[in-house]
Amino acid sequence: MTDTTVLELVSPSALLKSEPVEMVVVPGTDGNFGVLPKHSPMISTIRPGVIDIYAGGKVSERIFVAGGVAEVNPERCTILAEEAVPVADLKADEAQARLEAAQADLKAASTAHDKANAERSLDIARAQIAALTN
Amino acid sequence: MASLKDLRSRIASVKSTKKITSAMKMVAASKLRRAQDAAEAARPYAERMGTMLGRLASAVGSNEGAPKLLAGTGQDDVHLLVVFTADRGLCGGFNASIVKATRLKAKALRAEGKTVKLVCVGRKGADALKREFGDSIVARYTGVEGKKGINFSSATEVADKVLALYDEGEFDVCTVFYNKFVSAISQVPTGQQLIPFVGEEVDVQEEAAGSSAVYDYEPSEEAILADLLPRNVGVQIFGAMLESSASEHGARMSAMDNATRNAGDMIDRLSIQYNRSRQAQITNELIEIISGAEAL
Repeated sequence: MTDTTVLELVSPSALLKSEPVEMVVVPGTDGNFGVLPKHSPMISTIRPGVIDIYAGGKVSERIFVAGGVAEVNPERCTILAEEAVPVADLKADEAQARLEAAQADLKAASTAHDKANAERSLDIARAQIAALTN
Repeated sequence: MASLKDLRSRIASVKSTKKITSAMKMVAASKLRRAQDAAEAARPYAERMGTMLGRLASAVGSNEGAPKLLAGTGQDDVHLLVVFTADRGLCGGFNASIVKATRLKAKALRAEGKTVKLVCVGRKGADALKREFGDSIVARYTGVEGKKGINFSSATEVADKVLALYDEGEFDVCTVFYNKFVSAISQVPTGQQLIPFVGEEVDVQEEAAGSSAVYDYEPSEEAILADLLPRNVGVQIFGAMLESSASEHGARMSAMDNATRNAGDMIDRLSIQYNRSRQAQITNELIEIISGAEAL
């Protein structure tokens, strides 16, 4: 049997995934990183992007996450995501609508807090569109 | 003494009340099951968030550069209480007990000379606290529980408000008050400090056994902490909302169960009274007829 590490994908409302995988590529804030079994322990924040799960040397599943944190240790990789959708379930027009809404929010934002929120959803929408195009 | 007709209509009215309460009980039971599932599903996220934060917080410690959400403002003057109640009544002591706990806390704080501000989630709490603390209520939310249960986005909305207030320096300490769900018949009003963050005790032994290795942080401890702490506020508020909703349905279920039982008892009592007075009337009439016949 090949070595596996346990991937746990958790969103605020449910434990979405808890299963052994061969490798998973996580979009960290400072760049993507791959997690193989016996990875050294680390904690990293995640930018909006796609998690690639590998099986048998190729991508078996792609899941979009809208940011969060990942905790990696030799046995497991825990990802806390605020929003997680399989890429196959993303809709181009919805992502586009979200992008436009975020742009409008950004224009209308008056306080620094609102502005930061709008920028975040803008990033998410852009990442969704990027995930769909490749 | 009530006439037969009065008794009959009384029985009919109690019967229809009983139908309503038993239907409400059924609805509450099914909502309770859903709310309980939702609360259970949310637990893993909150737990992992808690351990991760605990580890980070102990790593960063009380450095100079520690985020305000962890270290606090250094003052203890203004307290913000976030109160979670239901939008509706008819759920026994559910709303009253949480309001009472809040009131006690608020009074104690005022007695110490501190300022109290309130955020009310749920209509009943806002209504009950309005009279005494009307000026202190800074925000109120209703209808957090939609048709499909509680949405994370409604928790984010409340969390954003709390964080915005904190950024503006409107308060120093934030505590949430909600009913913790123990079982369908037992809910415990709980107060929990949200800001500044209080870490759970990380189990040192487990820690040493599990991974004595030091974690790498990317980008840095401080950056991760600054990102995680606001998120944690949202998660905690979401958790409190879920607990509160499960408690509400549990409380309503047992309250309606009691009401149904009481209505049943009352119907029994009224029926006996009705039968007796009907019998008495018949006997009376017979006596009249017989004595009338004898007089002839």
